[in-house]
Amino acid sequence: VSLALAALIFVLGSVGVYLMLHRSLTRIILGVGMLGNAVNLLIVAVGGPPGTAPIVGREGTMADPVPQALVLTAIVIGFGVTSMLLAVAYRSWTIDGNDEVEDDIHDRQIATEHDHEHENGSDR
Amino acid sequence: MSRFLALPILIPLAGAVLTLFAVRHRALQRAIAVVASVATLAMSVAVLVQVDIDGTLATATGGWSAPIAINLVADRFAALMLVIGATMLLAVLIYAIGQRSSDEGSVWYHPAYMVLMAGVSAAFLAGDLFNFFVAVEILLMSSYVLITLEGADDQIRSGTTYIVLNVLESIVLVMGVALVFAATGTLNMAELPERLAALPIGVRTGLNLLLLIAFGLKAAVFPLFSWLPDSYPAAPSPVTAVFAGLLTKVGVYAIVRTETMLFPGSLRPLLFTIAGLTMIIGVLGAIAQSDMKRILSFHIVSQIGYMIMGVALGGVAAIAATIFFILHQIPIKTSLFLVEGVVTAEAGSSSLGEVGGLARRSGPLALLFLLPALSLAGLPPLSGFIGKVGLVESGLDQEQWAIVVVALVGSVLTLVSMLKIWTGLFWGEQQGLAAERDGVLRHHPLMSTATGAVVVLGLVIAFAGGPIYRYCERAAQSITDPTSYPAAVDGPAEEAAS
Repeated sequence: VSLALAALIFVLGSVGVYLMLHRSLTRIILGVGMLGNAVNLLIVAVGGPPGTAPIVGREGTMADPVPQALVLTAIVIGFGVTSMLLAVAYRSWTIDGNDEVEDDIHDRQIATEHDHEHENGSDR
Repeated sequence: MSRFLALPILIPLAGAVLTLFAVRHRALQRAIAVVASVATLAMSVAVLVQVDIDGTLATATGGWSAPIAINLVADRFAALMLVIGATMLLAVLIYAIGQRSSDEGSVWYHPAYMVLMAGVSAAFLAGDLFNFFVAVEILLMSSYVLITLEGADDQIRSGTTYIVLNVLESIVLVMGVALVFAATGTLNMAELPERLAALPIGVRTGLNLLLLIAFGLKAAVFPLFSWLPDSYPAAPSPVTAVFAGLLTKVGVYAIVRTETMLFPGSLRPLLFTIAGLTMIIGVLGAIAQSDMKRILSFHIVSQIGYMIMGVALGGVAAIAATIFFILHQIPIKTSLFLVEGVVTAEAGSSSLGEVGGLARRSGPLALLFLLPALSLAGLPPLSGFIGKVGLVESGLDQEQWAIVVVALVGSVLTLVSMLKIWTGLFWGEQQGLAAERDGVLRHHPLMSTATGAVVVLGLVIAFAGGPIYRYCERAAQSITDPTSYPAAVDGPAEEAAS
């Protein structure tokens, strides 16, 4: 495994995680893309030593075709998921003009109700 | 027979294509969806019967032989999940057609639902880790569509959390799959147990943890559950019913497989901790809520804890109890969410403060809630009791006192929160209901028929408990026996090669 590839996976992964921790859905989507590609590279990197194209009749050491098939599938799935997320982000923008991921309102209500009960010293 | 294993996946996929062509004909779309669901169910039952007679069935598709091909494998556990999954999807489909909500009214509902059905079948039949990942992606993708179908404000809000969390789960799963492949050179479930056993303990534990995080996110176990009670209540009831009944169970199914077949007997203290905390935190969350749908969502989490407890205990008896418990949970959870849909149709809300006295309005509806609710709490003679007795007995046999005590406390708390729904919505003075005569209900009869059918199925599981439990024991034996699964997968491969 080449050090450069490992470093690239590390950088993509950490940038991806950092972006996903934001509130803005656009950044989250970028983060998903980064992290997804880090993992795709990981599949290629750990999938065995490099070699010639695995076609019947070719000479020399061949690369293992299985990880390549896996990574191809993973890329296609990543593409689909990203489009879905972009559609959701667009919908969120048309509804309230931003793409912030909001808190669960009902959850907040229950939390504040309980806080008030404690302040008043009564339990219903 | 094993050639037909692909049919429970192909029939709903064909249904999805046909319903897409029929977008302009609502009645035709419904008819296609129902026919495809019935056919899938029939095929699943055929697989179940065949597997119980002949043992594990396997087939290699795509023109390759076993280790490389897309393997479909049905052992007794998979076949049982296939049947109960197809049954639930059919019942909920009929319910959704009866409900005529804005949701089922969308032309994209039926295609997405059919793809979901194909994904669920594919996940249960997957014979290697990567195909399991692909199957989970199929069902997740259609679940993204279903959960945001109306595009309403709160659906988008909770849908975002749901999608991002599940995408993260997929990424962790692919990472786990890649590293398993790097360490062992295979992803086939038949070859993995042997090769994983040969690895150093550190690598094994690392791989196990990575897969456990991925499946734990899907199954909503303790530290990873917070997305579930947030996102499920926003979806329409029939969608939530399917998600609650089936999707988390796909995660549990994967945990049972990995922890019994791939990594038997490892990480037990961790699994016990997860199980106990999932039960208690889930049920405490439920007690704090004030809306039926949200209470039920927290209960999904809590009940997952019991399944993890069985996995942590290990051994044939505990795994049999786990399989029975999963089997019972699916219809019980689904029916509770379906009842919630009926309540919302009647009263416009399922909030405990706004609605009351439903039992006076309709006794049968109250009964439809009460039976699965008591079963969920584990009261005899209902199905939850049988499952929990099995789990507690194997816990006592193995002298794991702590988890048994936690499980029993969890059951009592479950009863408390079910009583909270009962006193809030069904007992007392009528409130929040339309001013009509007692006994007159406004929802479509198909809704209560489908709900009733699922409740009856829950009762059947209780009263046919003996034979079903013995089937679960046979299923547990074939999972825990390390030779039965590989033997079945290798058999047809050699046939194909010769």
